Amino acid sequence: MSGSTSLRGWGRTAPTTATVLAPRSPDDVSAAISAAGPRGIIARGLGRSYGDPSQNAGGTVLDMTGLATIHSIDAGTGLVDLDAGVSLDTLMRAALPYGLWVPVLPGTREVTIGGAIGADVHGKNHHTKGSFGNHVRSIDLATADGRVRRLTPDGPESELFWATVGGMGLTGVVVRATVALHRTESAYFVVDTDRTADLDELMALLTDGSDDTYGYSAAWFDTTTTGAQLGRAVLTRGSLATVDQLPPKLRHDPLKFDAPQLLTFPDVFPNGLANRYTLRAFSELWYRKAPKRQRGSIQNITAFYHVLDMFGEWNRVFGSRGFLQYQFLVPFGEEPTFRRIIEKIAASPHASGLNVLKRFGDGNPAPLSFPHPGWTITVDFPIARGLHRFCNELDELVLAAGGRLYLAKESRTSAATFRRGYPRFDEWRKTRDAADPEGVFTSDMARRLELTS
Amino acid sequence: MIDAVGNPQSILLLGGTSEIGLAVVEGFANDRPLRVVLAARPSERLDAARARLEARGCAVETVAFDAAALDTHADVVRKAFTGGDIDVAVVAFGLLGDNEQAWTDVPTAVELAQVNYTAAVSVGVALAERMREQGHGALVAFSSVAGERARRSNFVYGSTKAGLDAFYTGLTEALRPHGVSVTIVRPGFVHTRMTEGMRPAPLSTTPEAVAALTVDAVRTRRELVWAPAPLRLVMSVLRHLPRAVFRRLPV
Repeated sequence: MSGSTSLRGWGRTAPTTATVLAPRSPDDVSAAISAAGPRGIIARGLGRSYGDPSQNAGGTVLDMTGLATIHSIDAGTGLVDLDAGVSLDTLMRAALPYGLWVPVLPGTREVTIGGAIGADVHGKNHHTKGSFGNHVRSIDLATADGRVRRLTPDGPESELFWATVGGMGLTGVVVRATVALHRTESAYFVVDTDRTADLDELMALLTDGSDDTYGYSAAWFDTTTTGAQLGRAVLTRGSLATVDQLPPKLRHDPLKFDAPQLLTFPDVFPNGLANRYTLRAFSELWYRKAPKRQRGSIQNITAFYHVLDMFGEWNRVFGSRGFLQYQFLVPFGEEPTFRRIIEKIAASPHASGLNVLKRFGDGNPAPLSFPHPGWTITVDFPIARGLHRFCNELDELVLAAGGRLYLAKESRTSAATFRRGYPRFDEWRKTRDAADPEGVFTSDMARRLELTS
Repeated sequence: MIDAVGNPQSILLLGGTSEIGLAVVEGFANDRPLRVVLAARPSERLDAARARLEARGCAVETVAFDAAALDTHADVVRKAFTGGDIDVAVVAFGLLGDNEQAWTDVPTAVELAQVNYTAAVSVGVALAERMREQGHGALVAFSSVAGERARRSNFVYGSTKAGLDAFYTGLTEALRPHGVSVTIVRPGFVHTRMTEGMRPAPLSTTPEAVAALTVDAVRTRRELVWAPAPLRLVMSVLRHLPRAVFRRLPV
């Protein structure tokens, strides 16, 4: 079993090789599972996880993007029945004409349904709508025994359902799912923007109760400024617009989906281009271009939500060494911890440009689901000397505060650190092992973080 | 698995009592304890190395390994992989020998050639096979500046290192499509047991300094590293000197 295709995550780090198969049907998936060799098998969608969960060195990787049929959309109930390889972008384009909206959208629409379930992705509306798993009504899971099981959130095998949500593909291969969509009158957002002078002002806005009046909320903040400007931020919050809220020229086609891709970055960027100086300049620009205070601005999804989707292959900007995304959460009450972390980043040689702060709402029943009441912060670091030590220090602060790391972004922590953040890991492991006693499902991440035996 | 910032989870040291090799293991262990397999002949030094690494939080296994016993190598490598994937394998065994004896005495010359070259090729092939199967990994081989241009004072050793260097250079390319990286380290004069009592050459260095460069090279997947770095320039000049000049140099 020698692998032939080199695979990496979105961070473009730690490549390994595997045999990649492209199933066209659930039967193909089951056949591939039965034929998996000693190094096992894992499903891969669009490869947007930053680290190594959809790589399987020396084993088999299933490219699920060929399993991409939307079987039905019910405009009445809002239920959509679709294959695991359908992307959220495709789903959104198909559902909008029915006045239906994908309830949870992460920072990119280039994510498959299987990936969205496996990572239990969240979006800017977590505080109002929860994570992706909250909206899944059934999962068809191809398991190690060669069967395809239909799982529901509260049916007889609900434990396996919730182990699959956030389970990083290690319980089996999601081949098909039913997802409940929401009604919307338009594909536009009514957005309020606040630019804050520092972190304190941002925290005040996020905790004065106003956040709950918006469906969607997230802040970009600056990690390159120190002192009085520490953590200066741009907070954008909004809700889906009703037709009445739209300006007259948009009212004739309120469900128009406007998501242009401006350009695709070529793979020519040198290592070191994204450095503390360029990122500081970027941060300055990003901060200055935002209005100080703006109310009721009508924005399309690209402007409000998926700015990066305008740029294909934007991860190439970080050069061949790649980058890592560090996303963690700390519970409410641990605000001093993330202040310390922001200070630490600002004082370090490791700079980050795209930093997001978001308030999470309640978590769901999935043992490995990341979102939990508290604050989540996301930062991007180009791979550089000393970054491993720096991240170890950040881990210590996060874990000591009772926080955790997000597996969809994770690419470098230790097994022990990961587990400290997930007290229900053993529960997940028991369900997983019962469904896959031989350990057929495995990945580079599973080996690295000792998620399976 | 080696993670996004180059931390391995497991390391195999062939030549398990090599000072430079152990310094490499400790270099990785400083950042995060890892699983270590030490392959060497059983000895007090091996026990001491094991104890030192365990004190740093590493899980250490030992495998009996005799570089001169070529027909046992496949089995040694197989045993080394029984505990799971090996992320980094370091080929660090070797003999310096006495050059005057080595070029005048057949058994001495053959022993040097076998341990430094043939054995390095033998374990290299076995390691390459395992790493291809696991679809990832990093190999490290210790070459030497002595292999860059043969000197009268050190040419038997130099010739073995030239052979090793060429083999692992080719292996780098052969393993590239399989997701396995190879790092060749070319140290100059290193203060170790091996060179004890010898007059240090210019730009002499320590096992710790060589190890630090090696660890960094593995983390960044660099394929060739000189230790210390200025030797690259020095050897580039020396390599192109006319023989008449080169033989008169006091090196």
